[in-house]
Amino acid sequence: MQKFNIPHNWELRSIIEFYAKWIREGKLKVNSDWNVENIKFTVQDPCKLVRQSLGDWIAEELRFVVKAVVGEENFVDMVPNKSNNYCCGGGGGFLQNPYVEQRLAFGKIKFDQIMETGARYVIAPCHNCHSQIMELAEHYGGGFKVTHLWTLICLSLGILDENERLYLGDDLKECNLPAKKR
Amino acid sequence: MTAEAIHLEEQVARFKERVQGLLPDGGNLDMCLTCGTCSGGCPASGLEGMDPRKFLRMVALGLDEEVLSTPWVWMCTQCERCMHACPMKINIPRLVYEARSNWPRDQRPRGIRESCDFHVQRGGAMGIPKEDWIFVVEDVLEEVRQNQPGWEKLQAPIDKKGTGYYLNQNSREPVTEPEEMVPLWKILHLAGVDWTYSSEMWGGENYCMFLGDDDAWAKIVATQSRIIDDLGCHTFIETE
Ligand code: SF4
Ligand code: SF4
Repeated sequence: MQKFNIPHNWELRSIIEFYAKWIREGKLKVNSDWNVENIKFTVQDPCKLVRQSLGDWIAEELRFVVKAVVGEENFVDMVPNKSNNYCCGGGGGFLQNPYVEQRLAFGKIKFDQIMETGARYVIAPCHNCHSQIMELAEHYGGGFKVTHLWTLICLSLGILDENERLYLGDDLKECNLPAKKR
Repeated sequence: MTAEAIHLEEQVARFKERVQGLLPDGGNLDMCLTCGTCSGGCPASGLEGMDPRKFLRMVALGLDEEVLSTPWVWMCTQCERCMHACPMKINIPRLVYEARSNWPRDQRPRGIRESCDFHVQRGGAMGIPKEDWIFVVEDVLEEVRQNQPGWEKLQAPIDKKGTGYYLNQNSREPVTEPEEMVPLWKILHLAGVDWTYSSEMWGGENYCMFLGDDDAWAKIVATQSRIIDDLGCHTFIETE
């Protein structure tokens, strides 16, 4: 918007900011009671959201939401993180160009960072990150899963239908399912 | 110096000068300390024998032929980590962007180009027609209302006026995994948010930016902006 100087009457906000707000306001009554096995999670900082636009405060909000949902003790951060985090290699159109080998080489740093956390799940709030990190897990044999944030929020709230668990592993396919269908 | 040599020099400095003209204070391109901080933290370092410091240096030296032909510009993700870490805050990703823009459009990577074109023509980078987008949303919503107890009143409006909140949607879900849209709808419902998608220019991605196509990018932004204003929304919630 700034680049093209187009006049407009609305403001742009990130959904992450609202997740945090709604949790604080008690509209989303999330908790980590479902995570009885203490499954570990880490989170990718989307470059576009954190380093390139909003900065560390949104990265903090993201962590606030993640911790509220999976449990503070079950969150393991990457090193480095927030504005200093590495790009996963899925952005900038890399996923849509023919340089696959180079893209996977680019992502090796991200893969190593994730393995270092020991997390079983990576939360990727951006679609490019999601696709790229899944491919990294497969290519380098990481054994971790990649999931969206909305999936975990709904899982925690007990409102995640069995059809909405595409990116969850077997360990969470039946966790906290809503009341049976009619 | 002969006239020919001067002419040559003008040629070589062209890209650098053009970019300098675009950046505030000329972008500090000559202020590089060659400290290598940028390259040390760049995951694209080493690909195609290139790294950000080297790329900047080649731009500064006017080695335009290589700068403007290396496929490395498609391997830098424009993540801006180099600039963030650089003591002189030199905007290398912007140089990369301008180099991308300089490629003849039909020689830029086809996948990105097609995604951009689809987005301009059909509103989302996967290229499904508007009718299909509307159908998928309505179909998935109906399915949830009927099969999931407690969600009979779930909403997923398109082009609803005066809701206040406008949402975009990454075009991958409606095409390949429509159920993945539902969790967000449920969250919005619980939060009591009155919101809407749009039937036109609804995609949340922006490949025209990645393609280095300023005109197409501007067109998408302008159209989406007008749509949001016409719907009377005060907030655009970016879902990516
Ligand atoms: S970090 Fe900045 S000053 Fe250091 S080499 Fe890179 S561009 Fe030059
Ligand atoms: S913007 Fe490009 S050059 Fe800079 S760190 Fe990211 S990938 Fe490397």
